[in-house]
Amino acid sequence: MSEGTLYDKVWERHKVTELPNGQDQLFVGLHLVHEVTSPQAFGMLRERELDVAYPDRTFATTDHIAPTEAEKRERPLADDQAEEMLSALERNVSESGITFFGFESGKQGITHVVAPELGLSQPGMTVACGDSHTATHGAFGSIGVGIGTSQIRDVLATGCIAADKQKVRRVNVEGELGEGVYAKDVILKVIQELGVDGGVGHVYEYGGPAIEALDMEGRLAVCNMSIEGGARAGYINPDETTYEYLKGREYVPEGEAFEERKAYWESVASDDDAEYDDVVTVDADGIDPLVTWGINPGQVIEISEPVPHPDDFEARTDREAAEQALDHMEIEPGGSMLGYDVDVAFLGTCTNGRLSDFAEAAKILEGETVDEGVRALAVPGSETVRQQCEERGIDETFINAGFQWRRAGCSMCLAMNDDALEGDEVCASSSNRNFIGRQGSKDGRTVLMSPAMVAAAAVEGEVADARDYLDDGPTGGAGGVEEVAD
Amino acid sequence: MAPDADPGADQHITDVSGTGVPIPGDDVDTDQILPAKFMKEVTFDNMADYLFYDARRDDDGGFNDHPLNRFEGASIAVVNSNFGCGSSREHAPQAMMRWGIDGVVGESYAEIFRDNCKSLGIPAVTADHETVTQLQEWIEANPDGDIEIDVEETTVTYGDTVIDVDIDDAMREALVDGIWDTTALMYSNRSKVDATVDGLPYVEGDD
Repeated sequence: MSEGTLYDKVWERHKVTELPNGQDQLFVGLHLVHEVTSPQAFGMLRERELDVAYPDRTFATTDHIAPTEAEKRERPLADDQAEEMLSALERNVSESGITFFGFESGKQGITHVVAPELGLSQPGMTVACGDSHTATHGAFGSIGVGIGTSQIRDVLATGCIAADKQKVRRVNVEGELGEGVYAKDVILKVIQELGVDGGVGHVYEYGGPAIEALDMEGRLAVCNMSIEGGARAGYINPDETTYEYLKGREYVPEGEAFEERKAYWESVASDDDAEYDDVVTVDADGIDPLVTWGINPGQVIEISEPVPHPDDFEARTDREAAEQALDHMEIEPGGSMLGYDVDVAFLGTCTNGRLSDFAEAAKILEGETVDEGVRALAVPGSETVRQQCEERGIDETFINAGFQWRRAGCSMCLAMNDDALEGDEVCASSSNRNFIGRQGSKDGRTVLMSPAMVAAAAVEGEVADARDYLDDGPTGGAGGVEEVAD
Repeated sequence: MAPDADPGADQHITDVSGTGVPIPGDDVDTDQILPAKFMKEVTFDNMADYLFYDARRDDDGGFNDHPLNRFEGASIAVVNSNFGCGSSREHAPQAMMRWGIDGVVGESYAEIFRDNCKSLGIPAVTADHETVTQLQEWIEANPDGDIEIDVEETTVTYGDTVIDVDIDDAMREALVDGIWDTTALMYSNRSKVDATVDGLPYVEGDD
C-alpha cells in the first residue's frame, strides 16, 4: 500500500467517510460539466427533487458538439440535436447557478483546456468530469477522474463520488528529449511500454527528469493520456513550474492569499520517502517521435521502428489484435510508417490543443504549403487559445499554409459535430484515440502523433518526420528516416 | 431480477440469469460499444438501438453476423480483457442494459466501465482467460442454454458447469445489500461533507 504520496494525501484531505459498501465517499473540489454526459444527470436530479449541492465548485462549458466553423455557431444551431443538448445545458446551469463558459463568454472550449488556463485546476484538488480525459488535471498535482452519468448525478446532488482507493505506480521517465520530440511522444512511449491496460487498478505518478523538464502544457498532455494507458488518473507533483503557471490566472488568489494557497499546494506533494505500490522506469532519452500504426494507442512505434509483425507478440490475443489492426489500417508488417498516405490533418483536442502545440506546429508550417490532397483542420482547444494564437500571428501561418483555422471544440477527435472522417480516410491526428470509428467513419483510419508531426504530415501528404523541418534536423537514432524530397 | 434505469435504494441483486452472448476481443472500447454520433440525445431511452451500431452492420447497412445479431434475447454478455476501455460514456452500459444485458462475465474491465455497471446494477464478474473462452465457446454451441451469475456466491453456472468468479468487493456488497444507489447513500452524509469542506483551504477563498 502506498504511503506519503500526493495521492494518499489528497485522498485523506477529501475523504468524507467510509460507505457501507466499503468504498470511500470523496469530496469533489472541482466538478466540470459539458453538454453530452450531463443532461441525463440533471434529469435524474429533477426526478428526485434534488438541488445541485455545490454550484460554486461546478463549472460548465460546451465542447463535444460545438460547431467549429464560425458561421455555424449562430443560434439556433443547424443541427437540431446539438441545439437541444446545448439548450438543455444552458437551462440546467442557469437554474442551478453554475458558471457557464458559453460561446459568448470568449472562454468556451474543451473542459480540460479551459479549467487549467483559467486557474480552476490547482494542486491538491479532486477533479471530476463526465469525461475520461479528466486525468489531464493531474498535471497540477490534483486527482482527476472521469465519471459516468450516474456518478455525475452523485456529484451534482452531494458534491461527492463513491470511490475505491487505487494503487499508486511511480512512473519514472528518464532521459532528455531531443529537438522535435515532445510530451506527446513521452506519453505514447509510456503506453508502448506499459500497455493500454497496464494502468488498470493504478494511479500513475509521473516523475523523473523527462517529466520535470516539461512545461505545464506538456505535463497536461502527458496526464491527459493516462486513461489510454488504463490508469483512470495520473498526476505530476507540483513544483515551481506549476506555481509560476498558476500565478495571475483568473481563479487563482493573488498576493498573500497566493502564498497561503501555495503552502497547501506544497504540502500535498509526495514525500521524498513516499512508498509506492510499484515503481517502473521508462527510458525516454533520445527517443524518436512516435506514431500509432494500429487501432489502439498501445499499437505505437518510434518513427524509426518498423511496423511489427503479429508473430512478434507473445499473447494470442495481442497477435489477433495486431492482425485486426493491420487489416483495418491496410498496412504491411515490417515496413515504415513514414510515407503512409494521409488525407486529413487534424490539430487540436484536450491532449494537444494548447498554445504551445500550435506554436510548435507553426514552426514546421512556416513557408510551407499543405499537400493538395490533404484536408487540414486547426482547432484550438479553447477560445482563449485561439485568441492567444491570433495575437501572435500563429493563425496566419496556419491559414497561409492551407489549414482551416477553426473555433474551439472537441471537433474531429470524436466527430460529434460536423468535423468527421469520410470513408476510409487516413487522419494524421494530434488527438488521443485511434479506435475504429472514433473519428466519425467506421472505415476511417487514425494515426496519432504530436502536433509537429501532424503539421509535417499535412505538408507532405504522408506520415513524415517533423524534425526534417526544424533547424537541427533529426537528433540521431533515426535509422530508416528518408530524405525529404522537397 | 432485472436492473432498472434509475433504481430505488433498496433493490437487491443477488443473481441474474438468461441466455448468453459472447462478445470476443480484448480492449473493446466504448466507441465501438456506443459510437459517439449516437450520444447526441439528452436521454438514454434509445440507446439500445445503437449498441455496437457500426460493428453489427455491413457496408450496405444490413445486419451482419455479429454476435448481438445472432444471440438476440441474451441476458449475459461474455467478454474478454479490458472491456469497455476508452471514453467514460455511461451510454455504453446503458445501451447494453436496454438491449437486455443483465450481467457481464469477462476477463477484466476498464475501471470507469465497471463503475458505470455498478451504478446501473449490472454485475460485472471476472474469470481467467481460459474459463471465459470456454464459456464463450459453450454459448456458441448452446445458444439457448441458460447462464446464471450468482452475485452472492460469486459463481457462474452454465450447463453442468459451475465456475468460481471474482467480483469487486464494493460491487458485490452494493448489489447484494441493495445499496448501489450511491446518491442516496452519500446524501445522508451531508453534515460530514461540510466538515470535510471546512478543512480544504481552496474551497473558501476562491472568489
